[in-house]
Amino acid sequence: MLAMYRTMLLIRRTEEQLRDDFHAGRLPGGVHLYIGQEAIAAGVCAHLDDADPIASTHRGHGHYLAKGGDPEAMLAEVYARETGICKGMGGSMHVADFSRGIIGANGIVGAGLAISAGAAFAAQLDREGRVAVCFFGDGAANQGVFMEVLNVATLWKLPLLLVCEHNCYSEFSPSDTVTAGEITDRARAFNIPCSVVDGNDAVAVWQAAAAAVELARDGGGPSFIEAKTYRIYGHNESEVHWLSSEYRDETEIEPWRKQDPIERLGSFILENGVCARENLDALDIEIRARIAAAAEAAAAAPPPDPELMRDMMFSGQQP
Amino acid sequence: MAKKRLIQAINDTLFAEMERDPKVILFGEDVEISMFGDTKGLHERFGPNRIRNTPICEATLTGMAVGAAAGGYRVILHLMFSNFIYTGFDAIANQMAKLRLMTGGQIKLPITVIAGYGGGRSTAAQHSDTPYPLLMNLGGVNVAVPSTPADAAGLLKTAIRGDNPTFYLEAGGRGGERGEVPDDDFTVPFGSARVCRPGTDVTLVSVGAMMKPTLQAAGALAGQDIDAEVIDCRTLVPLDTETIIASVAKTGRIVIVDEARDRCSAASHIAAVVSDEAFTHLKAPVKRITVPNVAMPYAPNVEKTVIPNQEQIAAVTESLVNNPDK
Ligand SMILES: Cc1ncc(C[n+]2csc(CCOP(=O)(O)OP(=O)(O)O)c2C)c(N)n1
Ligand SMILES: [Mg+2]
Repeated sequence: MLAMYRTMLLIRRTEEQLRDDFHAGRLPGGVHLYIGQEAIAAGVCAHLDDADPIASTHRGHGHYLAKGGDPEAMLAEVYARETGICKGMGGSMHVADFSRGIIGANGIVGAGLAISAGAAFAAQLDREGRVAVCFFGDGAANQGVFMEVLNVATLWKLPLLLVCEHNCYSEFSPSDTVTAGEITDRARAFNIPCSVVDGNDAVAVWQAAAAAVELARDGGGPSFIEAKTYRIYGHNESEVHWLSSEYRDETEIEPWRKQDPIERLGSFILENGVCARENLDALDIEIRARIAAAAEAAAAAPPPDPELMRDMMFSGQQP
Repeated sequence: MAKKRLIQAINDTLFAEMERDPKVILFGEDVEISMFGDTKGLHERFGPNRIRNTPICEATLTGMAVGAAAGGYRVILHLMFSNFIYTGFDAIANQMAKLRLMTGGQIKLPITVIAGYGGGRSTAAQHSDTPYPLLMNLGGVNVAVPSTPADAAGLLKTAIRGDNPTFYLEAGGRGGERGEVPDDDFTVPFGSARVCRPGTDVTLVSVGAMMKPTLQAAGALAGQDIDAEVIDCRTLVPLDTETIIASVAKTGRIVIVDEARDRCSAASHIAAVVSDEAFTHLKAPVKRITVPNVAMPYAPNVEKTVIPNQEQIAAVTESLVNNPDK
């Protein structure tokens, strides 16, 4: 419980740092913030080991951190430094750490679905009980590949957990203007275990994921979880610079702020006497200090050597 | 005449063309709010039957463009970033580019696909590609790459009014240049390159947004007594080889500046045509300035090294003119 809380707080503080860094002009590219959705990454990844592969999205910082990715190396990546987890070659939308099963955030909406199915296939062939997880958005569920993956995963009983993060928006389009019916019903059509959970309730996500991961590890095939949540920040932090009109009302956001997943888990922890308020506060102080130091280190790190790109395009071959 | 940004010229033209022909429809992801500003205000003016937000489903959108065009509409499909052309590539390569020939020329496919292309803003490798080489290779689609607001307007009208699929690639997402746009209903024909700066010593051919650094390089070269002729391709399919060959016949030297990766780039195609058709005029090897065969890096310092710039263009050209054997 406390571990999940720590993960969520780590994601929050890291992203607040990135948000401020972006608006202060310290980052070369934009960032898509996961703030408000932390319970999903934390609740699911709590069941995973380094060997379990996860595919993520353009909004991928949270998945990376929840899966044990190094915050220092991620910040350095977004800062475009050679010390970054991808040596400054990928940036925010491509953070990945294959040694920890983080097989990549992704700039192509829906791309993680098929990649995770392939990773699940490899896991199945290895028979070591690994499970693959794909995090994807409600918008991504409208790509045809979603149905194709549901089909192959069901047919082959792949050890795959599909986690749809329904945050009510697909860029600037409210989900109900671009998505017909319930996304869960699409998965239900394949007769795989499906659950719809409150994505701002870490305990509920944790429970749903526990069952799904266990099933996959035991050879029971794929599952689907739809986590209902809300995107508190914009689609991308840069949008204020180029959007010519508003697309949602502040009054719509406010009730969701009250459903903050970190505060909710914090209350749950305190109510159940897991630890005291002071412990949570101390944790926050510790994380804030760590992230501030990480940002400073990232800012001071050198940019990548341009020649690196030639070595990295192919393995053992020049471009 | 009015001075405007390239993206504004596109927006104005979309208004005018949709006004002019009720059969023109436009769809794509978030085209109503308009990320680049090119489709801004169209929804308010023309309503959901003429312009519509779509779900994220590029493989379907490109197929729908084919079907709606076959159904009698003039379709404008906005694919946002050019990398999403790849996501929708099946219906482009297998249908859009081939359907007319396969069906014995029975149908017309008035489709304009708009997408922003190119790097330079640290958007990393999946939001920065320059995809025209593979579009050029399909055979059945036109490719327009405007560099000035006037050309942006004139080429877009030709694309929308034309009866063939056209990829209209805009560098407008990167700000776009400002320039004069005539007020009258002019068009720019496809397959007609523009000589932007006459010269006698060397021909600089530029594709799309490479025009700015190319013109700057030409200006700098003038200070070194090198008189460069600068040509903007404007469309890559069809390609105006005549204007390029005529220029090389005069200058005897050519440098092609292209933002695509080098292998099978627009530049390599132009180089092949020039070696073939202007061989006897050449006083020096045909030079290409392109992007190395790598994915676009995120770090700005690295990205900067891969995109052709003014200094590089000037240096390569100077050396070609003064030391052709080097
Ligand atoms: C193939 C593709 N099409 C379009 C885009 C542009 N785009 C980036 S994020 C996004 C919306 C994604 O919505 P959703 O899947 O719900 O994820 P969220 O942003 O809400 O986390 C779109 C359309 C893209 N990156 N890739
Ligand atoms: Mg969404």
